[in-house]
Amino acid sequence: MGKYLVSPNPHIHAKESTSTLMRDVVIALLPAVIVSVVFYGLGELVVLGVSVASCVLLEYLITRYMLKKPSTVCDWSAAVTGLLLAMNLPASTPWWVVVMGAIFAIGVAKLTFGGLGQNVFNPAIAGRVFLLVSYPTYMTSWAMPQGLFGADAVSGATPLGVIKEGLMQGASVPQLMAENGWSYGSMLFANIGGSAGEISAIALLAGFVYLLVRGVIKPYITLSIWATVFVFSGLMWLINPAQFTDPIFNLLTGGMILGSCFMATDYVTSPMSNKGGILFGFGIGLIAMLIRYFGSYPEGVSFAILIMNMCVPLINRAFHQKKYGRA
Amino acid sequence: MGKRTFSIGGIHPHDNKIARGCAIEVLPLPQTVYISMAQHLGAPAKPVVAVGDKVKAGQVIAEPGGFISAFVHSSVSGTVKSIAPRQDIAGNWMTHVEIAVEGDEWVEGVDLSDTLVTEIPEDRNAILEKIKACGIVGLGGATFPAHVKLNPAPGSKTECLILNGAECEPFLTSDYRIMLEKTKEIIVGAAIMQKVLGGCHTVIGIEENKPEAIEAMQKALAELKYKNIEVMSLMKRYPQGGEKQLIDAVMHRQVKSGGLPISVGAVVQNVATSLAVYEAVQKNKPLVTNTMTITGDCLPVEKQHNYLFRIGMPLSYIAEYAGGVPEKAAKLISGGPMMGKAIANLDACTVKGSSSILYLSEETTKRKEETSCIRCGRCADACPMGLEPHLLRRLVNAGDVEGLEANAVQDCIECGCCLYSCPAYIPLLDIIRPAKGQVMGIIRNRAAAAKAAAEAAKAPQK
Amino acid sequence: MTTTIIWTIVILAALGLVLSLILFFVAKKFKVEEDPRIDEVEKVMPGANCGGCGFAGCRAFADAAVKAPNLDNNYCPVGGNDVMKKVAAILGYEMKEKAPMVAVVRCNGTCENRPRTNIYDGVKSCKVKAALYSGDTGCAYGCVGCGDCVAACQFGAISMDPATGLPVVDENKCTACGACSKACPKHVIEIRNKGPRNMRMYVSCINKDKGPVAKKACAAACIGCGICAKTCTHDAITVQDNVAYIDFGKCKLCRECEAMCPTGAIHGINFPKPLDKDAVKARIAERKRKAKEAEDAAKAAAAAAETNKEEA
Repeated sequence: MGKYLVSPNPHIHAKESTSTLMRDVVIALLPAVIVSVVFYGLGELVVLGVSVASCVLLEYLITRYMLKKPSTVCDWSAAVTGLLLAMNLPASTPWWVVVMGAIFAIGVAKLTFGGLGQNVFNPAIAGRVFLLVSYPTYMTSWAMPQGLFGADAVSGATPLGVIKEGLMQGASVPQLMAENGWSYGSMLFANIGGSAGEISAIALLAGFVYLLVRGVIKPYITLSIWATVFVFSGLMWLINPAQFTDPIFNLLTGGMILGSCFMATDYVTSPMSNKGGILFGFGIGLIAMLIRYFGSYPEGVSFAILIMNMCVPLINRAFHQKKYGRA
Repeated sequence: MGKRTFSIGGIHPHDNKIARGCAIEVLPLPQTVYISMAQHLGAPAKPVVAVGDKVKAGQVIAEPGGFISAFVHSSVSGTVKSIAPRQDIAGNWMTHVEIAVEGDEWVEGVDLSDTLVTEIPEDRNAILEKIKACGIVGLGGATFPAHVKLNPAPGSKTECLILNGAECEPFLTSDYRIMLEKTKEIIVGAAIMQKVLGGCHTVIGIEENKPEAIEAMQKALAELKYKNIEVMSLMKRYPQGGEKQLIDAVMHRQVKSGGLPISVGAVVQNVATSLAVYEAVQKNKPLVTNTMTITGDCLPVEKQHNYLFRIGMPLSYIAEYAGGVPEKAAKLISGGPMMGKAIANLDACTVKGSSSILYLSEETTKRKEETSCIRCGRCADACPMGLEPHLLRRLVNAGDVEGLEANAVQDCIECGCCLYSCPAYIPLLDIIRPAKGQVMGIIRNRAAAAKAAAEAAKAPQK
Repeated sequence: MTTTIIWTIVILAALGLVLSLILFFVAKKFKVEEDPRIDEVEKVMPGANCGGCGFAGCRAFADAAVKAPNLDNNYCPVGGNDVMKKVAAILGYEMKEKAPMVAVVRCNGTCENRPRTNIYDGVKSCKVKAALYSGDTGCAYGCVGCGDCVAACQFGAISMDPATGLPVVDENKCTACGACSKACPKHVIEIRNKGPRNMRMYVSCINKDKGPVAKKACAAACIGCGICAKTCTHDAITVQDNVAYIDFGKCKLCRECEAMCPTGAIHGINFPKPLDKDAVKARIAERKRKAKEAEDAAKAAAAAAETNKEEA
């Protein structure tokens, strides 16, 4: 008898591995990446390239030379973080700011906690929030879509920023909407200012559907966020349409789609159980809307996700799987 | 109504039933067979023959070694050469009776013909006695003595006999083949067990990926006209053939933790057991043969087989007869790829519960390097018992035995779904299994202590 | 502005006062009276909390030692005689010195001696591997090589030798706490007498199979032939279940068994000189010859006495 393998059961394994799951996330983000490059031009390509490259390189260097552990670059998670970080930044962000964000995302938010699987906060969001509070000027001057080979970028504000500013100056929501000529159509199909991840809801949703079909993520968290945002903003809008933006507007603008589909559903920083996911989503939706309506920042999805990330261990403790034969 | 299935967890591995088209062939006799004394759950049997004795096929060669134990019969006629320890498939030493084969003479009274006997004996106890005397054990994997299971404690009521034809393990096709080729015998066997259990409702559960078997069963049922037996088509999902999962799927009832199926009125038997019961009761033939599949992902289709084997045949003999171990085989498994045992010793012999020799290639079976848990929760989604393997692993690492018990590690059925589905290749089941053993030991000790205390409290009152 | 600052300071100070009062009364009220000697004993303990003494930790040992009437059943293997002397001094008990012990790996199934028959592919844990099957060699008794003992050792005294696949005990670090021995599912590691100047003899095999089977599985196996037991003049060796065992209490370190062992299963450790097998064998042969001569002479004398008697 030759030498054969012996191990406890099971003897076969599913095709999915960490790297295939992460690669699927990258694939799911591609439509939005392509759309953003088409609309924002080469500047966006630079941001994307610098972000992904610096995240991957940092992950490699830190795991290899500082932690002296086998490198974990091959699991694609650093690439996902890099892509998500870039999609949260304006196309006009200088390259060195992007690198700073990557250092914070990978070096601080991810690897100080012990690397993939151990981090409490979503690294990409942590990186973005770090940049938002450190370099607010770069982070709030949004390039308007100019096309791939468009002329010099024109800076502008995002719809949410415009509304916040306008409301402070006493204008009403419908007035502002009409002034700027925004329609739901333009929000769905990439025609408004914002970061790469905000530009086209349709492209992002296509990626989300891909992830669902491939079984990479479950829909509970995302749907829970949408439902919460819709119901909460719907109520507020019904109470006072002059003061509060309508539900569809809130779902389609800012980082709502990107955040709910790709960031909140990050395995590591979201609850494990379905019920926990629903509560997690509810928290994100509520906090995001509270910040949008009453906070000083125009956008609150990132903060909402970070705050709810902190609650995940508690949620995991509270919600357990339904057990067989233990009613 | 949609197809039924169990309600918690489960996975969908590719079923790979490559050998499904291979009709059952009878293996020729080898020169020597080695019959193990531990072919069933419970105490090993005690040999009752001596070296030099002449035995006939079907003759008792060992008696039960306890209440939960079973008779062992010779599968061949010949001379007892030795009664000595021999390594089983895991390399552990176990007493085997070595018999040199001479001819093929059976003990008197065994009906080897193919004639179907549909008249069921009236006396329930006589049937049970026959099942016990013929050494019938559950052939679904656990090899629990059938006469014990078919004779539930007085006071418990059997509402449903479930015949397990799910065969949810990928690759295996032996149950499928007997359902096609021995359809009526299985149904008569079911009717016999139904009679023993007091005429309860009987369900033959078959997964939908075996439509031919479902059809054959339905046709045969219509012809045989036994009352209260039905075929149920189940969704394809692993581990549907797990006792607790099958009860959930068929009856929508869940057995309480630590409880027996009879507590929800269910008795589950494999279709192969049903065939063995038929042969024992109607044909007087002890359990000395069974069906096994020779299959694998690195075995060409034309080399795959379903064999009728005699217990005690060396696996190496069967492998050789079937054309040798394929070159690309990296792991040899007895049983299915999810719950089967890796064969460490191919010289080991078939036992009553043998169901396959499965050859898997390195790319299919070699464990990949473990990476960090990404907390995706796939293990918890897959666990058919609703456990959280990721949490259990943390508790094992922390040495928290109480936490393990509180999180029901003792309910684990070792189906392997967690390890199968983990994208980080963490060997979850490997880690959880010893913890389960430890916690079950603690629970048993506690129960024993409580019993002793209760008796001590009773004693002075007398 | 100043009022705010003042109020803040006042409130914080008041809060601190109230909390400290609560803490003070709780500490008073729930104070547990303990024998002060427990603290003293704990101070001289090594503080490894290894459990080698049979108690949960050093504090538990100290508690038990103070409550016990003597030190007969309480011994700290890690601290050894030095620590126990101090404990005895604190408690005023008499102390029986114990010979220092060490963990001994009773398996010599190196990759060379014991060819692998299959490749283990499960989790790297002796416990899991041993529960699964007999192991990746023909020997069902020996070391399975996943290093549970290494993980169990708190003192860093055991390491796996990659060349042999067996654990190696660093006797300078080993405290004989027994954690490795308990962790080993095959019971390969024995806590044995360290021996004078660390010299000791042991049988490095626990294979209970019959000779030919054991020999086939491992070239260095004890085959239970019993030559060692016959050779030993101190009655220190017993052969049970096809394995020889040397009683370290009786062994006089003459190394005769080591020289005579046909498979080299008997090991002598830390002897100043390497074993000269031929010389020892010659010595044994000489002794046997003399014994035979003496026996023959005795027989002859007895026979002569018999004939004398008869004649008389």
